Amino acid sequence: MSTTSTPAVAGWFTTGDEPRLVASRCTACGTLVFPPPPPEAASFCRNPDCDGEQHEPAELSRLGRVWSYTDAQYQPPAPYVPTTDPFEPFALAAVELPEGLVVLGQVAAGYGVADLAVGAEVELVVETLYEDESGARTTWRWKPVVELGEEADQ
Amino acid sequence: MSKQVAVAGVGMHPWGKGGRPFVEYGVHAARAALADSGIAWRDVDFVVGGETVRNGYAGYVAGSTFASALGWNGARIATSYAACATGAQALDTARARILAGLSEVALVVGADTTPKGFLAPNAGERWTDPDWLRFRLLGMTNPAYFALYARRRMDLYGATSEDFAQVKVKNARHGLENPYARYRKEVAVADVLGSAIVSDPLHLLDICATSDGAAAVVLTSLEYAQRAGIADPVRVEAISTVTPTFPNTVIDMPLLATDHAAGGPPERTFKEALALAAYEEAGIAPDDVDVAEVYDLSTALELDWIEDLGLCKRGEAEVLLRAGDTTLGGRIPVNPSGGLACFGEAVPAQALAQVCELTWQLRGQATGRQVEGARVGITANQGLFGHGSSVLLAR
Repeated sequence: MSTTSTPAVAGWFTTGDEPRLVASRCTACGTLVFPPPPPEAASFCRNPDCDGEQHEPAELSRLGRVWSYTDAQYQPPAPYVPTTDPFEPFALAAVELPEGLVVLGQVAAGYGVADLAVGAEVELVVETLYEDESGARTTWRWKPVVELGEEADQ
Repeated sequence: MSKQVAVAGVGMHPWGKGGRPFVEYGVHAARAALADSGIAWRDVDFVVGGETVRNGYAGYVAGSTFASALGWNGARIATSYAACATGAQALDTARARILAGLSEVALVVGADTTPKGFLAPNAGERWTDPDWLRFRLLGMTNPAYFALYARRRMDLYGATSEDFAQVKVKNARHGLENPYARYRKEVAVADVLGSAIVSDPLHLLDICATSDGAAAVVLTSLEYAQRAGIADPVRVEAISTVTPTFPNTVIDMPLLATDHAAGGPPERTFKEALALAAYEEAGIAPDDVDVAEVYDLSTALELDWIEDLGLCKRGEAEVLLRAGDTTLGGRIPVNPSGGLACFGEAVPAQALAQVCELTWQLRGQATGRQVEGARVGITANQGLFGHGSSVLLAR
């Protein structure tokens, strides 16, 4: 049993029961950027009318709506790390968050394009992306929010 | 002051997968363009090369590489890189020098030799490079981005897989007689729908291949063209290479997220802005356009471009397609060359290939694929990192 679980990339999302993406927010005008620049990097605000250079972490909403979606039916090239042999297709979604950003992500394990629609609600989860010498490396994924009525049918 | 320049000559090397050095393709296209113009290489005073990033140092200094291969003639040189818009940016550089009165004859060349399969990022562990991260963290290939746009057309506008397949059928037919096309074979809707799904909803035959190829354009001032006896040349009326305006709210390859649109979406998308800048620069309206060459990286993307270019309203490109309006003989033929569907993508050459095709169309020389009476043509493409272009040509 794997005991260690660390994010594949540091500082982009929180973990726990209610994980959230972490953007960077310009302290001058509030413009959000995801993914956040590395802490040591300069962060010049993306807003052309703002000369802000200070930024702070800002957690984003856990719930969003699907802007569009697809899947990968062929194994992507490196540096993608395959986890199964043979390759198993996975779904991808671009999700519009209430803050006004669209963020890409893989779709949670067990869900495919048949479970998605433009405008459908999804929530953020954290799952294992691959394993390396340090143990499981996790990433953020979008999971369809099952309507109550549909849940009863399953 | 006139903002027009003359297209004195165009030339291409056939697209394919020959695996020869890109310089050979480029010189072949350059010599073809010079021969077409009737202008001697010695008289070219400016060479702009489209950079290829997959062929080592010679590709990074493409302007020098082509000038040297043609035999140093003392011309000034430049090299442009703008991803898929590389050729148009190179053309714009040449045009600007001519319009400034600093050059009279410019040769613009783009050529590439490409690897097989998915275009993958450069090697190494590069945790701050979005083009690397999208593969490592998401497994997000180029076709996956194209598929996001395609799915949106289906869910928002009622496009079907059959519509996408019909784009391929149309373009395959257009390219049958094009001597520069790599694929010259009829394709049926059933062929497209029967090919493997790469990224839902796109099938293998919905997605363009990567190819080797080269295209070249000789630009001159209008005065020089007149002196050289080039009667009634095709003119470059506009070259748009504008960048996005913040906030860019359509997710762009290879990024993981859009800009933050705190105040709602902007007035127009990046691709709409690309076309609008070309129309405004030329004083030409979408209604005036007779023929378009657009970047059909996927079949569905051609439908997006038709709307981005203002050739119909948003969500109505399928109506044009189904009515045959975008087919040769229709109201506004799109991709009479056969497009990327028949060529495959040779990045630094592709935007120039669009200009070559429109030049032949406006001269009435597009044998077997001629848009009758075409006087105004427009191109469109988009590349990574805020690059894109739209070129308006007229005669």
